[in-house]
Amino acid sequence: MRRIAFVLPLLILISLLALLGYGLTRDPTVLPSTLVGNQAPDIDLPRLKGDGQRLGLEDARGRIVLVNVWASWCLACRSEVPLLEEITQRTGVPIIGLAYKDDEDEAAQWLDQFGNPFAAVAMDNEGQTGIDWGISGVPETFVLDASGKIRDKITGPVTRKNMENQLLPLINKLQASM
Amino acid sequence: MRYLVLAVMLLYPLTVVAAGPTSTDLDEQQAEQYHDLTKELRCLVCQNESIAESDADLAADLRRLVAKQVADGKNDDQIKSYMVERYGDWVLYDPPFKWSTWLLWISPFIVLLMGLVAAFAVMRGSRRASTQTTTANRSDDPDDERIARILAEADQPGSQTRDEDESR
Repeated sequence: MRRIAFVLPLLILISLLALLGYGLTRDPTVLPSTLVGNQAPDIDLPRLKGDGQRLGLEDARGRIVLVNVWASWCLACRSEVPLLEEITQRTGVPIIGLAYKDDEDEAAQWLDQFGNPFAAVAMDNEGQTGIDWGISGVPETFVLDASGKIRDKITGPVTRKNMENQLLPLINKLQASM
Repeated sequence: MRYLVLAVMLLYPLTVVAAGPTSTDLDEQQAEQYHDLTKELRCLVCQNESIAESDADLAADLRRLVAKQVADGKNDDQIKSYMVERYGDWVLYDPPFKWSTWLLWISPFIVLLMGLVAAFAVMRGSRRASTQTTTANRSDDPDDERIARILAEADQPGSQTRDEDESR
């Protein structure tokens, strides 16, 4: 009994410290996405320099796609461009760009300057589609499976680390199960 | 020039006030609903502010959305569930009680219970210890005599060696 009275508080302390230590490793600015595992919200937006053409997700049904939310005013988005291009090169998965609260001319100029990794770009000038997708900032990247379900999400820029550890393994897994 | 800079700096805060939420087209009751709601919704980029307090762009967008939905006659639950669908329970300052949040809600009571158990154990332990000392005083255990002798001799230098020799 005496031993339990001594060991129990110690165990509680250790587990509490472990829990708090784990808490320190987590980034509090990364929100858990409620959308992961759910059907992706619809997109119905004008296509960048598309002369009034609309862009939706209908064409993406039946195949794996990435949706990358970016903006020409977003500095962190520049660093992703080569990695996004590499993803398409290595897996063949197309990336749909969602230009969030952007200007059409500036977005087009940005793509000329920093590279265009996108199969198509939709202009979300009002930011309403961004809100439907639960965007809290740019960039964010979503992985959609063939049925149009969101399978994973990266908040913040794609880096070599999360590309190799998170995006590519998931894409390979999804492609293997098709 | 110096006065101009000073004037600009002093007048700047007024522009911030002017950029506050626009809920002018709401009637009194709707405005009240709008203000209550924006205080209950968390700003997603600034973390520890409600969307009523935050100056972030996203917060301004969400305020506008709330104002629009209030004007459309939506009730609090409808507007909140619109936000939760997109941003999760995290967006609410007052998260609902459900399976994923039960630990959050009951953890203060668990800690309280643990404290009560600990306090009870300590109190019972000390009571038992004091009973033990009183019974020990009354007993005629031969060890007690020896302990008393050692305590008495502790003041005298040199006595310790003898005691240690004796114990061997």
